[in-house]
Amino acid sequence: MSILIYAESENKKLKKVAYEVASYASSIAENTQDEVVAVTINVENTEELGKYGVHKVLNVQNENLNTFNVDHYSDILTKAAEEVNANILVLSQSANAKYLAPLVSVNLKAGYASNVVELPELDNGFQVKRNVFTNKAFGMAEITTDKKIIGLSSNAFGLHEKETTAENIDFNPEISDSNIKVQSVDKNTDKVSIADAEIVVSGGRGLKGPENWGMIEELADVLDAATACSKPVSDMGWRPHSEHVGQTGKPVASNLYIAVGISGAIQHLAGINASKTKVVINTDEEAPFFKAADYGVVGDAFEVVPQLIEKLKEFKANNA
Amino acid sequence: MKILVCISHVPDTTSKINFTDNDSAFDTNGVQFVIGPNDEFGLTRAMWFKEKQGASVDVVTVGEKDAEPTIRKTLAIGADKAIRVDTKPIDAFQVAEEIADVAKNGGYDLVIAGRESIDYNGGMVPGMVAKMIGANFINTCVSLEIENETATAIREIDGGKETLTSDLPLVIGGQKGLVEEKDLRIPNMRGIMMARKKPLEVKAPVAEKPLVEFKKFSKPAPKGDVKLVDAENIDELIDLLHNEAKAI
Ligand SMILES: Cc1cc2nc3c(=O)[nH]c(=O)nc-3n(C[C@H](O)[C@H](O)[C@H](O)COP(=O)(O)OP(=O)(O)OC[C@H]3O[C@@H](n4cnc5c(N)ncnc54)[C@H](O)[C@@H]3O)c2cc1C
Ligand SMILES: Nc1ncnc2c1ncn2[C@@H]1O[C@H](COP(=O)(O)O)[C@@H](O)[C@H]1O
Repeated sequence: MSILIYAESENKKLKKVAYEVASYASSIAENTQDEVVAVTINVENTEELGKYGVHKVLNVQNENLNTFNVDHYSDILTKAAEEVNANILVLSQSANAKYLAPLVSVNLKAGYASNVVELPELDNGFQVKRNVFTNKAFGMAEITTDKKIIGLSSNAFGLHEKETTAENIDFNPEISDSNIKVQSVDKNTDKVSIADAEIVVSGGRGLKGPENWGMIEELADVLDAATACSKPVSDMGWRPHSEHVGQTGKPVASNLYIAVGISGAIQHLAGINASKTKVVINTDEEAPFFKAADYGVVGDAFEVVPQLIEKLKEFKANNA
Repeated sequence: MKILVCISHVPDTTSKINFTDNDSAFDTNGVQFVIGPNDEFGLTRAMWFKEKQGASVDVVTVGEKDAEPTIRKTLAIGADKAIRVDTKPIDAFQVAEEIADVAKNGGYDLVIAGRESIDYNGGMVPGMVAKMIGANFINTCVSLEIENETATAIREIDGGKETLTSDLPLVIGGQKGLVEEKDLRIPNMRGIMMARKKPLEVKAPVAEKPLVEFKKFSKPAPKGDVKLVDAENIDELIDLLHNEAKAI
């Protein structure tokens, strides 16, 4: 039996989440002695997966798969799972992985748990801890089927090196037709996306207007971070809807979340609570965000943020 | 065009989440239930198809009797018929099987569900339904037009957007963006009166057993106090983030 992972890539290069799911799968394998197999699609160099405990790579090379298509990609994962007789499939929680996982679940009749944050517990059935109620709580979910699918929340498990050699195997299953046609992709390639970012810098209504976002972007730039915003900020059109984070917006599970001029309403916090370290900058020391944050600065964003940018630049220069 | 909108009956976003029965069940005490926010966007888009393109709009919820006020609300907003599958929703696969059965028997062209629910928020049901009924599937859908049996949709991807086309039947996982927030509807008196005369069908469940079951719930450990850093001493913040939190 084996544990299969979907090692995602972008522009033919593996993404960090690929190493994260590999780390997770190889940690399970330490207990179960399963073989860890990765599926890659149009990846140039898959060697790096060996660093994270992957034994075998099913390497798909097909020009028709350069653009993500949910039918094609779920088909490949299903066929790969059958090929290596996988009993566990691990995926990330990227938009694409979340899109295809339910289809694979039906194909394999495999119980699927998404938003998983820890390794499975194996003593009492197969149970995984997952986020529920948009990060307001956790649930232990028992997957009762022989085949299991785990959607691993990003940054939840981290990277764990385990040196192996990943054997590369060409894998070119026949791909069925899809009725879904991608007409155009509009992607901001020079910016980190909220889903991929280790650090997210987020602005709220306290910033007064869209013209003041320059400093948020500069702060994000210095930190290699993605920019985000609270719901009213996107509702008023100060920032695009895709930046809205929270319970009804995008979930954030970054290592560091910096909230500037955000009050910390329950719906906002619910969506960002999975972030590891939270910093708040707010003039009002009574703002609820101070109860949720690890570090706080009571102060005016227009004074604090420019200082923070300067000091961070110095810090980066000294630590380069 | 026949549209089916999937409605999850979920705790209001301001709800405090607690558990009972030895942390094995969600404590509904004092919790107000609402139409899932993502479903509300989908329902409103469905109403647009009804009003502009003559579509019919049915809604379905998988849940026990306590979910009825929530689906009555969708009738008051303008849905034509409501179906409640009378069973306790336990996991996404089971819920999807129930919805797939309704969708197949009803011959719907379009099934609108939400990207995720806000209770057990698996983000699983819509894709499962699509696969079970052999329909096309578009997730994280922020725009949907249908002309001559062809759908044009915009999907949110990490870091951007993608425009897709697909034939019907189609299932979408919808979210904010499908309609403007200001266009969301609150039932008015006339709608509420009319809803009383609309059919609310209660259907027996067909699904086998669930594949995943919650055994126990817990809440995040209470947070320690925030460490306050003086606004004049930003160096300290950087030091803490670097040395203590190891976040930069
Ligand atoms: C159904 C529903 C769903 C929702 N979903 C979401 C969601 O997903 N995400 C979300 O974010 N919200 C959501 N909300 C809205 C939420 O309840 C809050 O209204 C919102 O988060 C507030 O945004 P804010 O903090 O930017 O603005 P405000 O609450 O107006 O806070 C602004 C803050 O900025 C501070 N401030 C002012 N001036 C300065 C300055 N110069 N420097 C520093 N600080 C300053 C103020 O002290 C204040 O704390 C939802 C609401 C509902 C009803
Ligand atoms: N019990 C239910 N009854 C009807 N629709 C549901 C139910 N649960 C989930 N859905 C639909 O599926 C979407 C995604 O839910 P989930 O997969 O639970 O995150 C929701 O937004 C609803 O549209």
